[in-house]
Amino acid sequence: MLTFLGRRILTAIPTIILISIFVFSLQHLLPGDPILVMAGEERDPEVIAALREKYRFNDPVPMQYLAWAGNALQGDLGISLRTQQPVLELIGEKLPVTIQLAVMALIIAILIGIPAGVLSAYKKGTWIDWVANITALSGLSVPNFWLGIMLILLVSVKLGWLPASGYVPLTEDPLQSIRVMIMPAFVLGTAIAATLMRHTRSAMLSVLKSDYVRTARAKGLQERVVLVKHALRNALVPVVTVITLLFGELLAGAVLTEQIFTIPGFGKLVVDAVFNRDYAVVQGIVLCTGIAFIFMNILADAAYRILNPRMSQQ
Amino acid sequence: MTAVVDPQVAADPLPPRRRNRAWEKFRRSPSALLGGVIVLFFLIVALLAPVLPVPGPAETDWGAVRKAPTWAHPFGTDEIGRDVLSRMIWGAQASLLAGVVSVLIAVFLGMPLGMLAGYMRGWTDAVISRFTEALLAAPFLILAIALAAFLGPSLTNAMIAIGLSAMPVFIRLARAQTLIVMTEDYVESARAVGIGHVGMIGRYILPNIVPPIIVQSTLTIATAVIAEASLSFLGLGQQPPAPSWGAMLNTAKNFLDQAPWMALYPGVAIFLVVLGFNLLGDGLRDALDPRDH
Amino acid sequence: MHMLKTLGLAALLATTSSLAQAQDLKIGLQEDPDVLDPDQSRTFVGRIVYASLCDKLVDITPELEIIPMLAREWEWNADGTELTMKLQEGVTFHDGEPFNAEAVAANIDRSQNFELSRRKSEVQSITGTEVIDEHTIKFTLSAPDATLLAQFADRAGMMVSPKAAGEAGESFGLNPVCAGPFKFKERIQQDRIVLEKFDDYYRADEINFDTVTFLPIPDTTVRLANLRAGDLDMLERLAATDLSSAEADDGIKVEKATSLGYQGITINVANGAGAENPLGQNAAVRKALSLAIDRNALNQVVFEGAFATGNQPFSPTSPWYNPDFTVPERDVEAAKALLAEAGFPDGVTVEIQVANNPVQTQVMQVIQSMASEAGIKIELAAKEFATLLADQSAGDYTASQVGWSGRVDPDGNIHQFMTTEGGINDSKYSDPEMDRLLDEARLSTDPAVRKESYSAAIAKQQEDMPIVYLYHPVWIWALDKDIKGFEPYPDGMIRLHGVSIEE
Repeated sequence: MLTFLGRRILTAIPTIILISIFVFSLQHLLPGDPILVMAGEERDPEVIAALREKYRFNDPVPMQYLAWAGNALQGDLGISLRTQQPVLELIGEKLPVTIQLAVMALIIAILIGIPAGVLSAYKKGTWIDWVANITALSGLSVPNFWLGIMLILLVSVKLGWLPASGYVPLTEDPLQSIRVMIMPAFVLGTAIAATLMRHTRSAMLSVLKSDYVRTARAKGLQERVVLVKHALRNALVPVVTVITLLFGELLAGAVLTEQIFTIPGFGKLVVDAVFNRDYAVVQGIVLCTGIAFIFMNILADAAYRILNPRMSQQ
Repeated sequence: MTAVVDPQVAADPLPPRRRNRAWEKFRRSPSALLGGVIVLFFLIVALLAPVLPVPGPAETDWGAVRKAPTWAHPFGTDEIGRDVLSRMIWGAQASLLAGVVSVLIAVFLGMPLGMLAGYMRGWTDAVISRFTEALLAAPFLILAIALAAFLGPSLTNAMIAIGLSAMPVFIRLARAQTLIVMTEDYVESARAVGIGHVGMIGRYILPNIVPPIIVQSTLTIATAVIAEASLSFLGLGQQPPAPSWGAMLNTAKNFLDQAPWMALYPGVAIFLVVLGFNLLGDGLRDALDPRDH
Repeated sequence: MHMLKTLGLAALLATTSSLAQAQDLKIGLQEDPDVLDPDQSRTFVGRIVYASLCDKLVDITPELEIIPMLAREWEWNADGTELTMKLQEGVTFHDGEPFNAEAVAANIDRSQNFELSRRKSEVQSITGTEVIDEHTIKFTLSAPDATLLAQFADRAGMMVSPKAAGEAGESFGLNPVCAGPFKFKERIQQDRIVLEKFDDYYRADEINFDTVTFLPIPDTTVRLANLRAGDLDMLERLAATDLSSAEADDGIKVEKATSLGYQGITINVANGAGAENPLGQNAAVRKALSLAIDRNALNQVVFEGAFATGNQPFSPTSPWYNPDFTVPERDVEAAKALLAEAGFPDGVTVEIQVANNPVQTQVMQVIQSMASEAGIKIELAAKEFATLLADQSAGDYTASQVGWSGRVDPDGNIHQFMTTEGGINDSKYSDPEMDRLLDEARLSTDPAVRKESYSAAIAKQQEDMPIVYLYHPVWIWALDKDIKGFEPYPDGMIRLHGVSIEE
C-alpha cells in the first residue's frame, strides 16, 4: 500500500509540472495585452513601459516561467495584477466559499441521489424505476446555468423568496448564509444527484443478487433491515469512491454556478481572471485545483484498493 | 456533467458476432428509441432551417422589440426584434454542429493516441499518460474556457477547445481497451504467427475498441452540446449576429424580467437535445453490453 | 445535514433579511473595482468608491463648475503658469496624520514619480511645488494648463496620507488611507468593500451613515432584484431597459444624469495596413456610415430612449456642448449618394470590432442592420475587451466600437484622440489645423478663446470623421424611496454628503 502511494505521488510530480508549464504558456499566448487594460483609459506610453518592466513582460516567456516557478516553490504565487492582493491570500479567501457551496451541493445530491437509487434498484422494472431513471437523466441533461437563471427568475425576481446573489460567511450569520447558498447548491447538486443515483442503482442491483442478501432474506429478516443493513451498506462502497471522483465535477460546475449567482468563490475568481488576463491568479488557481484533483484521484484509488483487495493482486 | 462509460462494461472486449443481437436489444428499449427520435427531430429541423417558413434569423423589426409570443412570432421576438423561433431553428445547427464536430476532434486525436499508448507501452505510454493526466487535472470547463479565450471567441474555436478538453477521456478509453485486447489469448497467438502492426490493429484492436468509443462519443456529444452553450453563454462561442442557443441565453439574461421567453426556449431546446443524446448513449451502451442483465 | 433538517426549508424561505440597518448603506456596483490606490487606479467603478473614501483638492457641481474641497481657495498668476492654493485647516488623514501643504507636495510627487502611477500624464504640466506655509502651496507649470483644476477634481487631486503611502509602497491599495468621509475597513475581492465613518472628518456633520458597503453585482437583473428585496439600498447603472419597471415600483425611485462620455465608432484612417480600405481612405464613406445610422431609433431599441443621441465629443450635459452641430437625421438616400460619389455605387463591406458584451453587441447589430440598407455591409468581429484594445492600439483593425468615460474639462474628451501625437489616437488621424486648434484650446485659460477653437475643431471633425459618435450614456441610479438628499452628477459618482435614510 505504501509503495503504491509513493509511486502514485512520484508520478504525479511530472504531471503537476506539465500542468503549470501548459497553463503558463497558454496564458502568455492569449491574445490581448493585460498591460494595455491595466494602464487605464489614457494608455500613457510611459506608464505602459513602466508596467511592462515592473511585471517582467519584457523577459522571454521561459525566463518568466522559471521566475514564477522559483517563487512558487517557496510558497509565493505572486500578486493579482488587478488588485495587487497576493494570490495565495486570494485563494485562501475564496476556498471556504466554494467548499461551502460544494458541500451543500453534495449533501443535497446525497439526500436525493442515494434514496432514489436504492428505491429504483429495489423496484427494478416498475414504473418507479422508470420515472427515477428518466428524472436522473433529465438532471444530467439540464444545463446548470440555465436552471440557475430560471430559478433566479422564479424564486428571486418573481416571488422574492431568496436572494439572487451574494455570500455571507457561515461564521457570521449561519441562517442567512444557508439562505443565500441554498439555490446555487441545489443547481449544482442536481447533476451530481443524478450521477449518484445511477451509481447507487447499479451497485444495489449487483448487491441484491448476491448470496448474503439471499441468505439474509432466507433467515426471514424484515425487508427494510435487509435493504438498509445488508444491501445498502455494501453498495455504498463503490458509491463512496464515486463521490471522491465527483470532486472535479463539483469544481467545474461551481465555475458557472458562481458566475450566475455572483458568489465570490473559486469559480468566479478564475473566470474573471481569465477575462482580465490576471495571469498570476489563473496560474495559481489552476495549479491548486490540479494538485487537489490529482490527490483526490490518488485517494480514490487507495480507497478502492482498501475496499476491494482483489484489485491489488491484478 | 461528464458521463463516463462504466469501466467494467467498456473493459469487456466485444467479439463482432454480437452486433445483430445488439440491434434487437436497442430496438426494444423504449428510452433509446425516444432518444433517437429526439435527436433525429432536431437534426431534421437543423437541416431544414433554410426551407422552413420562418423569417430570417437576422431579420429585424424595430416595431417589435422584445414582444411576447404571438401568432406572428410564436416564440416572441428578441432584443432587436428578431424572431426567436427562427433563431432557435438556426441555433440548432450551431449546437448540433458543435456537439458532433468537437467529439470528432476528440475521437480522432484521442483514439490513435490511446491505441499508441496501449500498443507500444513503455515510455510512449508514460508520456501519453502523464499528458492525459495533466489535461484531466484541469476541470473540463476551465480548460475549455482558457482554450477558447486563447484561440479567440468563435464557434470554430469553441469546437476546437471542447474537442481538446474532451480528448483525454478517449485516450484513456482507447488505451484501456487496447491493453485488454493485447492480453487476449487469440491476440497472443496471432502475434506468435507474426502478424504485422497494421494487421494487429486493423484485425484485432480496432474492432474491439470501436463499440465502446461509439457509446462514449454519443454521451460526450451530450456534454459537448452543454459545453458549447456554456462557452457561448460566457461570450466565448458563437458570435453575433449568428444565433446559437447559448449566445441567446447570454443576451436573454439581461431581459429576464421583461422578456422571459427569450431565456425559456433556448434552455428547453438544449435540455431536450442533451437528453436525447444521453438516452441514445444509454440505449447503445445497454445494447452493446455483452453481459445480460 | 442535521442542521438542515431542523431548520427546514419552509423556515428558511420565510425568514426575511435582517441585514438592513438604518446606519448602514449598501450600494450595488456593476463591477468589482480594481486596486484602491488613487495613483494606480484606472476604473470608473473604483472612482465611485473614492467619492466616499478620498477627498480631492477641488470638487465639481452638477453643472460642472469647480468648487473648493480640500483647497479652500486658489488663484492663478497673470500668465497662467503659477497656481497658488490655500488649504482647508484642521483636516487629518484617516491615520491621524495632518493634511497640509507638505502632504500636497508629497502627493503630487507620488503621482508624478511613483513607478506604478497612472496619473503621470494628468499632472505632467507641474514642474515644481513650493510650500509657502503650513496651509498654502504653489504649483509652477511648464506652460498654462487649462485642464489642471479639472484633474484636481478627479483622481490626481485625491490626497493620500504620505506616511501610510510611504510605508505601504506598492501595496497601499490593500489598505488605503485618505482624508474622505469614510475610512477603509475591509475588502473581499468580488464580494464587498466596507468603509466606516471617519469620526474626525472635517465635514462630519454632513455624513449620516456609520458604514457604507459596496457590493459588486454585474448582473443588472439581479442587482435590481436585490434592491427590491431590500438587500441593497441603492444601485448604480440600472439597465435602461429596466427603467420603466423600476419607475413603476412604489418602493424605488430613479435618478438620472447624462454622462460626460460617449460611445462611438473609431475608424482606422492611417494606423498601418488596417487603414487600407474604403472606410479608412475615404471620408465620404465614413460620412455615409454616419448618415445611415438612425441614432434615435438606436436609442429607442437598445436603451428605450433613455440615453442621449450624439454626434460630437462633448455631451449635452457639458457647458462645452455645441448646439450648432445638431444630431443628423438618418438619410439613406444621401448616404447612398455619398458612396456612389466616392466610387462605390455597389456599396462597401467593412469589418467593425466590438467588445463581446451583450449591450455593445446589441448596439452594433442594430447599426449593422441599418447600414445594410444604405449599402454598407458590416461584418462584426466580437472580441474580448483586452484583445480589442490590443488590436486597436496595434492598428490591427478597420473600425472599432469603443467609448470614452468622459472628463470634466473638454480637452480630455478630444485632444488625445484627434491630435497627431495624441496618446490614444488609434485612428492615427493627423491634421496640422486640428493639432493647432486643440493645442490652442489647451493652452488658453480664456473660455471664449477655447470655445471658438473647439467649434472649429468639431467642424473639422464632422468633415474628416475619424470617429463616428453615436450616443452619450445616461447614468441611472435606482434608490430605495427612503433615501433622501441624493444628487445625480454627470460624472456618475455617488456623493454621500447630505444623504440619509428617513423612514
